[in-house]
Amino acid sequence: MKRFMGFVNKEFLHIFRDFRTLIILFGIPAVQILLFGFVVSTDLKNAQIAVLDLSHDEVTRKLSGKIISSGFFDKAENLLNYDDVDRVLKSKKTKAVVIFEEDFGKRLIHNGKASVSIVSDGSEPNMATMTTNYLTAIISDFNRELSAGSAGSALLVQPEVRMFYNPSLKGQYMFVPGVITLIMILICALMTSITITREKEFGTMEVLLVSPLRPLQIILGKVIPYFILSFVDVILILLLSWLVFGLPVKGSILLLLVESMLYIFMSLSLGVLISTVAKNMQQAIFISLVGMMLPTILLSGFIFPIENMPDIYQWVSAIFPPRYFIVVIKNIMVKGTGFLFVWKETLILLLFTLAFIGFSIRNFKVRLQ
Amino acid sequence: MKNAVISVHDLVKKFGSFVANDHLSFEVYEGEIFGFLGANGAGKTTALRILSGLSAPTSGKVLVAGFDAARDPEKIKKNIGYMCQKFSLYNDLTVRENIMLYGGIYGMRKALIRERCEELLERLRFMEYGNRLISDLPLGLRQKLAFSVAVLHEPRIVFLDEPTGGVDPITRRQFWEMIYETAARGITIFVTTHYMDEAEYCDRISIMNEGRIVALDTPDGLKNKYRVDSVEEVFVKIVRSGKISV
Amino acid sequence: MRTILYLIRKEFLQIFRDKFIGKAIFAVPVVQMLILVPAVTFEIRRVNLGIVNQDMSAESRTLVSQLEGSAFFKIRNTSFQEAEGRDWLHRGDCDLVVHIPADFGRELGKGNPVKIMVAANAINAVNAQLSWAYLNGVIRDYNLDILAQNPGKSSYLPMATQPGSVLKSEIVTPIAIGAKSDIPDLKSEIQNPTSDIPQIQVTNRYWYNESLNYKYYMLPGILGILVLAIGFVLAGLNLVKEKESGTIEQINVTPVKKYHFILAKMFPFVVIGMIDIAIGLVIGKLVFGLPFAGNLGLLFLGSFIFMVAVLGLALFISTFSDTQQQFMFTAFFFMIIFILMSGIFTPIDSMPVWAQKLDMINPAVYVMRINRMVLLKGSTFNDISGDLLMLSVIAVAFTGLAVNRYRKTA
Repeated sequence: MKRFMGFVNKEFLHIFRDFRTLIILFGIPAVQILLFGFVVSTDLKNAQIAVLDLSHDEVTRKLSGKIISSGFFDKAENLLNYDDVDRVLKSKKTKAVVIFEEDFGKRLIHNGKASVSIVSDGSEPNMATMTTNYLTAIISDFNRELSAGSAGSALLVQPEVRMFYNPSLKGQYMFVPGVITLIMILICALMTSITITREKEFGTMEVLLVSPLRPLQIILGKVIPYFILSFVDVILILLLSWLVFGLPVKGSILLLLVESMLYIFMSLSLGVLISTVAKNMQQAIFISLVGMMLPTILLSGFIFPIENMPDIYQWVSAIFPPRYFIVVIKNIMVKGTGFLFVWKETLILLLFTLAFIGFSIRNFKVRLQ
Repeated sequence: MKNAVISVHDLVKKFGSFVANDHLSFEVYEGEIFGFLGANGAGKTTALRILSGLSAPTSGKVLVAGFDAARDPEKIKKNIGYMCQKFSLYNDLTVRENIMLYGGIYGMRKALIRERCEELLERLRFMEYGNRLISDLPLGLRQKLAFSVAVLHEPRIVFLDEPTGGVDPITRRQFWEMIYETAARGITIFVTTHYMDEAEYCDRISIMNEGRIVALDTPDGLKNKYRVDSVEEVFVKIVRSGKISV
Repeated sequence: MRTILYLIRKEFLQIFRDKFIGKAIFAVPVVQMLILVPAVTFEIRRVNLGIVNQDMSAESRTLVSQLEGSAFFKIRNTSFQEAEGRDWLHRGDCDLVVHIPADFGRELGKGNPVKIMVAANAINAVNAQLSWAYLNGVIRDYNLDILAQNPGKSSYLPMATQPGSVLKSEIVTPIAIGAKSDIPDLKSEIQNPTSDIPQIQVTNRYWYNESLNYKYYMLPGILGILVLAIGFVLAGLNLVKEKESGTIEQINVTPVKKYHFILAKMFPFVVIGMIDIAIGLVIGKLVFGLPFAGNLGLLFLGSFIFMVAVLGLALFISTFSDTQQQFMFTAFFFMIIFILMSGIFTPIDSMPVWAQKLDMINPAVYVMRINRMVLLKGSTFNDISGDLLMLSVIAVAFTGLAVNRYRKTA
């Protein structure tokens, strides 16, 4: 045991001696949380639109004024003819063009009907639907104002909504848990897989293996310092998200910390597993970064909700552990639920951990033979 | 008078407040085997790195193959070969691939590289290793190969930094035979070592201690001066007296 | 000049000598594209709905069956108890819970307005607003049906048929991204002929991608990210590995020119990146029917400059790093930022201005836009010249920094 502690101590020294690694270890998660908390957002703001007004009357002026003053849109330019529509959509950052037909105002007053078309740039589907929806809503609202007074009454069935857990509809509630999940698994898997393959590549692993330390002790000795450092990282991130984004942990902090430990441990075992497969650091890094980054971002529900995926992909995403931790962390942090609500996810994470450890031991043994 | 290919005058190299090379002055003549002796940390490697253009001098005048080491390190590099203690051919390339690469880097024609390559493999009785990865070769073979690659382009001077570190006595012997052959072709050899017996093979040696050159002469000249039978004894005498004087 | 050819040859040999890496640089993009492209979409398929119905009247049953019939909702749970609804939301079984009060049918029969309560899980604010908008659409239809069946209560008609009445709520809590057919049945409602008040008819079209196929949007983006990641990681590691193993010393003592060495490190990955992009486009065409509206030459030109920019930065970072570990973490930092701020996952216009300024040096932003414009819009050289220029500036700057920072003489 004493020998083992000495070994752990040596590993710690290794990490702390390298000042830059240390900065990276704590600096990167902190900067990323801050950056993405402020930057990653899906709200519509200042989207550029162009207007092709073939009528130029009071109504169209008022309506385009209303659109621009809504705050969602910036007017890029006034177009003169239809050919310009393709030009602006193709070349500039214009997301949509609002086209008022000729004699728009006259037709509206005399015929009671006039049409406006919205042409949006479908090459960016989310922007296209967002701008179209907002524009339609603003125009309809304008229409309602126009006819106000001519009729007015309540609807028969009036739905009223209460937005739970996130009444102010902040994007951070969605992204902060996601960023924590993403960063923790990548950093943990990267760190452990690199530190172990490094020993392999430089031949120092052999030295350790002939020492009286048992293989399990060697692996644990490598993992424990990173376990502690990652745990400090989680605390740092939680503090930042509370202090900077006003995202407190609604549920039990203790439970959240225990769950985080499980997740870190799982990520570290994944790192160990990668290191038993990779022959050198380059391979380890390739697997843990190039191989894992995009699937983790895309299939974990971090940005793209899993419910929206086609059915098969919901199954595919089931083999990506971050998916479960996101659920756990959102439940405890944002909803404030207890263990009863996350036991299933916890169990799955535990099973992943055991599986990773099991496979690592098997691969390790095969290699030693 | 012999023609000096390396001339060093008042060379000083400092790392912060640590003086690694303290006012070195010496000359190396064309075609000789010049040995640089000293304990670890005496400043041999630092001096050698400056001479080969890898490191800039803090002050002093260093001319190698007629070029100033402070101003024209890249011109020096065209005229020298280099092999260092940390083995540095590409492990994940084969013997032939390494030879092709370095031949190409020095601007040799392809046909010439091919010719020299096969010649070299034959001379080293290396034929069967030609397409093996460097990582699969035993250390002794790698060292010999590294030396051969360092002189592949027939440089004027070749710098060897502890070239025989960690190899068995027989290989060391063979290695020195290669050095002699190379010197016979007119290539100047500048070699650092801490093996005293190797110093005996050199035309002239300089002994370094704590950043300074404390002796410079032929091995026999030194032995006579200090009235001993081997360079090793010379070294022990000098360094011990140096320690006392400090 | 011939020297660089020898260096390039060496780099290629080393890359493909590692059997795993040699295969992975082509296999990983293919596999990830096939898996990821169809998986990700902002389009909401089915919102998990829970219904607490305390009113067992025919009216409420009709409403429930209309919700059930909607393609947007999937009724996961029903109950009589309000507390259970809260539970579903808590457990995550449902994202939207509709609560129909006990007197729903009775009040409606009398012609009185009734309120129904909706609870939404708003952690994902975008999804919550969108689901809410869908629900509004169904309830509006339900209202219209009631009115149609009870012409006597026509006093409600004007308001109900009036465009915008329901949409009011969307202005307050604006609906956001993703709905393909935005608010359901908006057009039919607007074109309701029975009204004599002025009506603005809104028609909309999505150009360049009529059906708003997300795959067309995602594919070029994911492709760009994959080649970014591969080149960035491998090129940077390559240089650091030479430092770690000491081989760079042997290179430094030769007369090799600095820019030759750096360019030789970049070249293989530019080529590999181009091949990956070509493979990706073929897959896009064959498997996902990706349109090639513009000149593919332009796309490759953009990708070429992009690769140079990315590799230049990677090598610049590696000149600072002493170990592969250090490089890795720095690379990780930049890659995550480049990817998440590239504009394919969240719109750049939605970022704060300072972040948009920072994003000007993010090469991913430009290549995403160029790929999309060329593939889907058929944009010409003139249309993308601004982006190409910026990308070139970044590429030259990063590469210049890398060459400058790489020291042959310490």
